[in-house]
Amino acid sequence: MNNFKVLTNGIFRENPTFALLLGMCPTLGVTTSAINGMGMGLATAFVLIMSNLVISLVANIIPDKIRIPSFIVIIAAFVTVVDMCMAAYLPSLHESLGLFIPLIVVNCIVLGRAEAFASKNKALPSMLDGLGMGLGFTLSLTLLGTIRELLGSGKAFNFPVFNENWGMLIFVLAPGAFIALGYLIAIVNRIRK
Amino acid sequence: MGKKLESNFMNMVIVLFAVTLIASAAVGYVYTLTAGPIEAAKQAKQTNAIRQVIPGEFDNDPGADIWKMKTPDGGELEFYPAKKNGEAVGTAVKTYTNNGFGGTVWLMVGFNPDGTISNYSVLEHKETPGLGSKMDFWFTRNGKGNVIGKKPGTHGLKVTKDGGDVDAITAATISSRAFLDAVNRAAAGLAGTADATSGATHQNQ
Amino acid sequence: MNLLISPSPHVHSGDTIEKNMYGVLIALIPAFICSVLFFGMGAVIVTLTSVAACVFFEYIIQKLLLKQQPSVFDGSAILTGVLLAFNVPSNLPVWIIIIGALVAIGIGKMSFGGLGCNIFNPALVGRVFLLISFPVQMTTWPLPQGFAGSYTDALTGATPLGMLKEAVKSGQSLTEWMAAGTLPDYKNMLLGNMGGSLGEVAALALLAGFLFMLFRKIITWHIPVTIFATIILFSGILHLCNPDHFANPLFHLLSGGMMLGAIFMATDYVTSPMTPKGMIIFGAGIGILTVVIRIFGAYPEGMSFAILIMNAFTPLINRYCKPARFA
Repeated sequence: MNNFKVLTNGIFRENPTFALLLGMCPTLGVTTSAINGMGMGLATAFVLIMSNLVISLVANIIPDKIRIPSFIVIIAAFVTVVDMCMAAYLPSLHESLGLFIPLIVVNCIVLGRAEAFASKNKALPSMLDGLGMGLGFTLSLTLLGTIRELLGSGKAFNFPVFNENWGMLIFVLAPGAFIALGYLIAIVNRIRK
Repeated sequence: MGKKLESNFMNMVIVLFAVTLIASAAVGYVYTLTAGPIEAAKQAKQTNAIRQVIPGEFDNDPGADIWKMKTPDGGELEFYPAKKNGEAVGTAVKTYTNNGFGGTVWLMVGFNPDGTISNYSVLEHKETPGLGSKMDFWFTRNGKGNVIGKKPGTHGLKVTKDGGDVDAITAATISSRAFLDAVNRAAAGLAGTADATSGATHQNQ
Repeated sequence: MNLLISPSPHVHSGDTIEKNMYGVLIALIPAFICSVLFFGMGAVIVTLTSVAACVFFEYIIQKLLLKQQPSVFDGSAILTGVLLAFNVPSNLPVWIIIIGALVAIGIGKMSFGGLGCNIFNPALVGRVFLLISFPVQMTTWPLPQGFAGSYTDALTGATPLGMLKEAVKSGQSLTEWMAAGTLPDYKNMLLGNMGGSLGEVAALALLAGFLFMLFRKIITWHIPVTIFATIILFSGILHLCNPDHFANPLFHLLSGGMMLGAIFMATDYVTSPMTPKGMIIFGAGIGILTVVIRIFGAYPEGMSFAILIMNAFTPLINRYCKPARFA
């Protein structure tokens, strides 16, 4: 695969949310609004890029039997950094994402890409893979967040689009996340074929 | 790609130790960078919550002048006095109720020196979305059940259903009662301590 | 090889889907007449809108999206429409009913592959969607005011179950509260003279429909009777333990969507078990869940949630309660 293909792979063909169905926990949990979805996506993207980069660099000096704990430590370090930076500079976003930021550590995408891609590839393609996957994740979370925010409270990125009283509250709540995600996956898979 | 390091005991110990050491050093470094801003953000949040419910200007730090009071049912009210040039311009009270539809509700209620409500903000609640959760704005000046400017007095505020003059949230009477319960609790606490001439009854922190 | 998997019911007796569906519709007529008598034009507007929207959405989805031969006149979409209407207040705005119909048919039925393939009762999917989405409109119940009642500005009030929840929440003793007479008495509850959704108010009319369906062998007695028995038993035990905190069984039986749910929603062929043993497990589950949600849950009424939860268990129940094989 050339580098361009590596980059676009994660955005569309192997989109983590719609094609790989990875990282469903934050996908369903935080996408109550477009901003939340985007913030979560970008935070995950940062962790993905950085952990992919570092892991591709150090993969050779890590013995096979302890590669998973080592990867987890590296990923956890980046997640903690993101968590602290967000708490310091974006406190309101940090509050609404809450526990889901520390939970990026256990997001399947991050460890999955480290194990499946970064540990076997060089630094540049690994970073591009992280960027592609991260953008794919950000795009799908933003899309889901926008749909839920629009249907649920009549707003998009906090701008009122129609009367709030017409919003279907279920889309802001958990069941609406499942319904919206289900139909999105169906539509995206229809297009991908 | 080159050959991987062999998985023998020494290699594993050294590598794992190195990885954790570098990772914790990095995290520690970022911590020293962000500790200040995080603390400042927390402070700003509290000051904003107080500023939101006290309309006028104040020049003291209400968070520093805080005093607390135990309630009969085991809870605690927090009082944040706001002063300008040493004169009281209002008090923000962090109050609660256990009667919410989904459990405890936390409010910050601001009182003018004459005991009328200057504003409020809902800090935390688990009320039903779309029903009880409307308390965020329902009782504000532009909401239907406006309590701003009202004085709870000795009997407290009540919803119209219970003979009071505050319109309850449509289809959420329980949440509305709970909200007023928290407001009345704050007012009673404030009145109880304001009567005392000295600060002796205050549990200064 | 193309194996044909046919949806339940598998009984071959000359019954057709049409015959059964229209039989159920006939059984709903007494309840419909009652609701018109109590709620006036609102009941007619809500029911007609709901039926028309359900039939329309089923036709459009089958024709345009699934490219199938539309089968709207097997009566199932009409039945879904009527049941959805019977589950909402009679002053519900038309646009909300249309959303409910779209959800019932689109999400509840067609997404799963149409009649026979749906896991959940479509009308209840629509109802619960609306309840969560529009809690204010869905819990502002018009009070019965006779045939002349207008659609737009009816007087509103709480359902008996809503009042019960509020009394319990505010810590009143239920024995005193019941005696105080804020509730409609049992005679009025039986006849339907209380606040509530279209079809849940007239217990007697719903029971008449039940007898009709039993007589015509459209349904068997197992599911409704098990639900009633479980409710009486479970709420009865709780009531005996602490009458101040738990309402008596008769109240639970006559209030809310109990009759409508047990007789018309839980007995839906597609989403309920096939064998008598399975039906009894299914009914008992609904009974217990309903009482648990009513007493311990955040919502005053739990019938529709209970039926939907047990719908999800139906395939499992069917697997463990297979009919005995011959030979």
